[in-house]
Amino acid sequence: MAEQPQAIKPIIELDDFSSKRKLRDLPWWFFALILIAIYVFFVISTNEEYNAAFDFIKIGLQVTIKTTLIAYVFAIIFGLLAGLGRISKSLVLNNLSRLYVELIRGIPILVLIFFIALVGVPVLVDGINNFGYWLSDQGLDFLGKIFTAITNQDISMNTRAITALAFTYGAYLAEIFRAGIQSIVKGQMEAARSLGMSYGQSMRYVILPQAVRNVLPALGNDFVAMVKDSSLVSVLAVRDITQVSRLYAGSTFRFREAYIILAVMYLTMTVILSLGVQLLERRLRKHD
Amino acid sequence: MTDQKPIIVVKDLYKYFGEIKAVDGVSLDIDKGKVVVVIGPSGSGKSTLLRCINHLEEPTSGEIWIDGERLTRTAKQINEIRAEIGMVFQLFNLFPHLSVLENVTLAQKVIRGRSQDEANQIAMEKLKRVGIPEKADAYPSNLSGGQQQRVAIARALAMDPKIMLFDEPTSALDPEMIKEVLDVMLDLAQEGMTMVCVSHEMGFVRSAADEVVFMDFGKIVEHTTPDGLFNNPQNDRTKLFLSQILEH
Repeated sequence: MAEQPQAIKPIIELDDFSSKRKLRDLPWWFFALILIAIYVFFVISTNEEYNAAFDFIKIGLQVTIKTTLIAYVFAIIFGLLAGLGRISKSLVLNNLSRLYVELIRGIPILVLIFFIALVGVPVLVDGINNFGYWLSDQGLDFLGKIFTAITNQDISMNTRAITALAFTYGAYLAEIFRAGIQSIVKGQMEAARSLGMSYGQSMRYVILPQAVRNVLPALGNDFVAMVKDSSLVSVLAVRDITQVSRLYAGSTFRFREAYIILAVMYLTMTVILSLGVQLLERRLRKHD
Repeated sequence: MTDQKPIIVVKDLYKYFGEIKAVDGVSLDIDKGKVVVVIGPSGSGKSTLLRCINHLEEPTSGEIWIDGERLTRTAKQINEIRAEIGMVFQLFNLFPHLSVLENVTLAQKVIRGRSQDEANQIAMEKLKRVGIPEKADAYPSNLSGGQQQRVAIARALAMDPKIMLFDEPTSALDPEMIKEVLDVMLDLAQEGMTMVCVSHEMGFVRSAADEVVFMDFGKIVEHTTPDGLFNNPQNDRTKLFLSQILEH
């Protein structure tokens, strides 16, 4: 464009225009976020009330992070298995995974957390225990003991909360994995099979490495979503930052301090993680 | 399992896709070391026939025998037989997430149980044979179509196959790259590899083919030699087809 010698004036105008555009394109929202964060951190470090609230609430950070990380790892496993089930030719596997995904997606996460932690896990553990007692009655005490070793009393609310989150998110991740696998062209599977690889080997060495790469950003986004949804486990009295904030606000009546700090904590985590996902996305695109 | 027995036997093969009869009763024997080129108009079932030979398409009915062993529908046996049959695709189908060397070593390690060193050594041998050892560390997306297809051939050869299937290996290539792929195929043919090729490269038919099969509407219309095809085609449809592709 700049080669035309007579076009000097328009170029200047164009520059003006683009500098205006640049001003428009700046991520003002992000600056605002940083300003809010700086202001809140300033307040926390200078204001004693906020400082006290922060010191109390930060105790819950460990639980929030641990719950999210462990639940996410299991959600990946559930999601991968269910995703593979969704594309499986086996009628049973296919329908089982479909059932799982549709069941979970049709129920609000809050309800699922109550349900899995207070109904699902107890019923399952009772069932396993009863099977153990039955085995013992048959004279197989050594086998029975394995199934009665863990009872409902031994399973903490933290564990139940993690189970609930993992099971719920597994269904969402299953759809991501399914889409990722289906985005790989048919010729890849055919080439792998023609070399003598089994379906499983082809999946493992050829299809999944490509599929997972394609869905990494989506998986990252769901991790960010999970950080936020981990606040729901506070309904089970799990002492994550949300629950600890509620406790603090309830006992000191300093609602403002407690919830401002809570909101900023989530925001800090999610903004940093989102930036990470964006960087990842950009790097992946460069390699394509 | 003597050498006199054909290495590929196709017996009364039918393959339907719903109502469409892609392969409509084909029987074909191919002897060891022979180069057979399958030609015919598009939609005549050539590719489907080829893909039935290694069960990438499961036949509706009929028998496929490879080296004296009948292909059943058990996955394990089919996997074992596929490892003995190299296949080259129209669109190359290299694994884009792996380097050229990794493309050629993957199945060697997974299926043949070769060590990394041994697999690398064999891979380099095959890459030299197709003329691009210097691209071993490149990724498929950085190669031309012709180079990709030659890597695909090397990948198949690294499994030491008894048979090579070529499914229109040059159809997706720019004209200037067709020769480099055909040269590799010609080499293979001269070394005595059993080859079944779906191809319209008449130059290749002339110089390398032992037999030519002309297919139309899912049936074998004519099974002859290159000489017979060019100089003495028997069937009217063969003549028409030849006149259409040889005109230009």
